[in-house]
Amino acid sequence: MLIAQDLACVRGDRLLFKRVGFELSAGGLLYVLGENGTGKSSLLRMLCGLLMPEQGEIFWQNKKIKENAENYLPNLTYIGHLNGLKDDLTALENLQISARLAGNDVTDKQTLAALSAIGIARCANLPARVLSQGQKRRVALAMLWLTQSQLWILDEPFAALDVAATEVLATRLGEHMANGGMTIITTHQDVAINARNTQTLRLNA
Amino acid sequence: MNTRKTNAKTNAWTSAWLTVLKRDLLLALRRRSDIATTLFFFVIVSSLFPLGIGPEAAVLSSIAPGVLWVAALLAGMISLSRLFAADFTDGTLEQMLLAPQPLAWLVTAKILAHWLVCGLPVVLLAPLIGLQYALPNEALLVLVYSLLLGTPALSLIGAIGAALTLGVRGSGLLVALLVLPLYIPALIFGAGAVAASQHGMSAQAHLSLLAACSLLSLVLAPLATAAALRISVE
Repeated sequence: MLIAQDLACVRGDRLLFKRVGFELSAGGLLYVLGENGTGKSSLLRMLCGLLMPEQGEIFWQNKKIKENAENYLPNLTYIGHLNGLKDDLTALENLQISARLAGNDVTDKQTLAALSAIGIARCANLPARVLSQGQKRRVALAMLWLTQSQLWILDEPFAALDVAATEVLATRLGEHMANGGMTIITTHQDVAINARNTQTLRLNA
Repeated sequence: MNTRKTNAKTNAWTSAWLTVLKRDLLLALRRRSDIATTLFFFVIVSSLFPLGIGPEAAVLSSIAPGVLWVAALLAGMISLSRLFAADFTDGTLEQMLLAPQPLAWLVTAKILAHWLVCGLPVVLLAPLIGLQYALPNEALLVLVYSLLLGTPALSLIGAIGAALTLGVRGSGLLVALLVLPLYIPALIFGAGAVAASQHGMSAQAHLSLLAACSLLSLVLAPLATAAALRISVE
């Protein structure tokens, strides 16, 4: 279970949000909504421990995440708005390295299966440099077919995806929640995702 | 049960570390021009001095230790600003921060890759360059030893500077200002070792101190680099 209590975020000398809190339990989906610049990405980065909250605490299984990173991070998959791909490496190499770094020792076959799940297997051996924006996004998101972690934090996963890929991803997210996973997501698109328990958190400027 | 758990943990640490090392070496292999820049810089800078000063062997061999060491420092430094910059802009640095292993541990793999790509070639090339300076054989050997022991310290200390200036405009010059003063001990002991052997003295004391510099930075630099990276990524 992930609990956020009374979070506040300050960037520069501007207060982005304060008193933000929620509880997310197994099978739960949390939409973080808000206009551009209201701090959605900052909130997600905070939940990953990349950004220290100005105020408030985040708990994973009742322990503070910053004191318990060793147990928290293996349970976390974060896909930010940067894809985390190296231009000079192929799609396959990129995905494999990301997965291994996150602690999933994947084989070439598994990596290829993940790429084909999101419909990008034919680009597996192309360097990321030549891929389009949407294709790069797909390579980054193929991680979701390799990870074992329970909590997924996704920043605008549907941005740059076409209709078919959006549907595939939404189905995958539904499966994850059906298996007791949790997802926190920001999006501007209206995509239907199946979850036992859906919450919405709205950030206001 | 407990040992199995420890073993699994050790394996995970090694595997993540090797992943980072292999990735950086593979990237260096795909972008060979970056390695070439460092090497050519070293070759050109150290060849300019004999051309400018003239062919007098006595003068050249007396300035050789200092000049070669300074050239090695500068060559290592020009590649420093690239150490984390690409990872920062493409988001792979965030992945490293979110890896279950400590960042300081993974950073050592990146620094080792940087040394293998930018430090080791300079060490191997140094005796050839040293010939231009009419250095005797034993001094050439000491030069190689001193660079071999000292350049790891340069990569390690440089990584702190690279991490601190991440995302800052004009970071290349800022790294130089931050890092060059910290290179002074390595420069003194490194050049001192070569000079000592030229004067028929033992270079051992200098080399031991140089190794101590490297070991000390091996312990402290990864921690400092990791802390600096966390701040830069915020």
